[in-house]
Amino acid sequence: MSGTDLKLLGTKESLFTYRIVWALKLKGIEYEFVEEDLFNKSPLLLESNPIYKKVPVLIHGGKPISESLVILDYIDETWKNNPILSTDPQERAYARFWAKFVDEKFYEASIKAFFLTGEDQAKGVESIAEALQFLEGEIAGKKKFFFGGEAIGFLDIVVGWIAHWFQFVEEVGGFKVMDSMKYPAFDSWTKNFLEVPVIKENLPPHEELRRVFQGFQQMGLAAVGAKE
Amino acid sequence: MADKVILLDFWPSMFGMRVRIALAEKGVEYEFREEDLFNKSPLLLKMNPVHKKIPVLIHNGKPVCESLIAVQYIDEVWNDKAPLLPSDPYRKAHARFWADYVDKKMYDLGKNVSTKKGEEQEAANKEFIECLKLFEGELGDKTYFGGETFGFCDVALITFYSWFKTFEMCGNFSIEAECPKLIAWAKRCMEKESVAKSLPDRHKLYDFALQVKKMNGIE
Repeated sequence: MSGTDLKLLGTKESLFTYRIVWALKLKGIEYEFVEEDLFNKSPLLLESNPIYKKVPVLIHGGKPISESLVILDYIDETWKNNPILSTDPQERAYARFWAKFVDEKFYEASIKAFFLTGEDQAKGVESIAEALQFLEGEIAGKKKFFFGGEAIGFLDIVVGWIAHWFQFVEEVGGFKVMDSMKYPAFDSWTKNFLEVPVIKENLPPHEELRRVFQGFQQMGLAAVGAKE
Repeated sequence: MADKVILLDFWPSMFGMRVRIALAEKGVEYEFREEDLFNKSPLLLKMNPVHKKIPVLIHNGKPVCESLIAVQYIDEVWNDKAPLLPSDPYRKAHARFWADYVDKKMYDLGKNVSTKKGEEQEAANKEFIECLKLFEGELGDKTYFGGETFGFCDVALITFYSWFKTFEMCGNFSIEAECPKLIAWAKRCMEKESVAKSLPDRHKLYDFALQVKKMNGIE
């Protein structure tokens, strides 16, 4: 299915960019990927996302959309095949709630745990563990993916980075919180998610991620402003 | 089956106000339950175990948490009148983006204006005004953020208007002098019954804010 003048500004390691890649690929939409250098942002990026100056940005027919969750909604509403969100308002609210939770609580705790040391890091790790416990509770008892179905959807796509990127946050950040014994349902979900063809075929290589996270650590907290 | 709608809320909350406005826009009858945030009800803790925060919309026993998520939910369920989000996907995305920006910025900016002192106060005021000017730019010459009709982004931002008097008194500055277009927009919104009846009296809010500051040892 042709995207008709569809560009995705992103980077090959950005976990937020990959959400959009997965959604577009799931729907079989063709698009042009424009690799951004986040230390030397293109005029197109700065013009398309003047508020945040971040990736990903989807540009459809010349019109830009920013913020990964907003973009995912847009994609689902524009290309109706293989829907990633339910039509039921309660289920949609559920997906949005947990997406926000992951992007706020889990992500912010991860930043803390990654960049900080000592007691501050320990606090970050504790927050991640709490967040994981909540996610464990949500996925436990569901068949395979967050909506109890056989197909991945909006929430799986949003949580997806934890299945692949997070191990390097831990490795390079020097902490461990993911535990298949403590979070067995989440562990199953991770394995199932990574087996989905669209996901399996669209993941940045381990070495690339390791290198990128090492770079972030060297930059310190300033990296958070530049990345995504 | 008649809908049973309960809103767990706290009268000064600009987040709770958003849900009140949305319900009023749609003409939904509901039970408003005031929470004591120092003594949260078992119902609140049960319905929002993750954040333990208001507002929580409870529709036929099922909770919806986070104010903008609740507003979207209300828009989707009671879709027979007063649409809050446009039907065009791009315009919808635009509204969501800006409402999300309000969510990310306004609360902390307002809090800083209300609590900082000296040089930090100056910086806080400046940042706050800069943000409002950004909104003014986005509003442009439109009647509302969405265009001719009151919508999602207006709901997201207007609730902070009730707190403007508090911000002005604490920050010792005039918002209207700096952002007249935004104030004009706010007054247009206040002419709507759904907004006027959902926002508390700004003097009452200021008294409340002073009490909170006192409790926290801030002058």
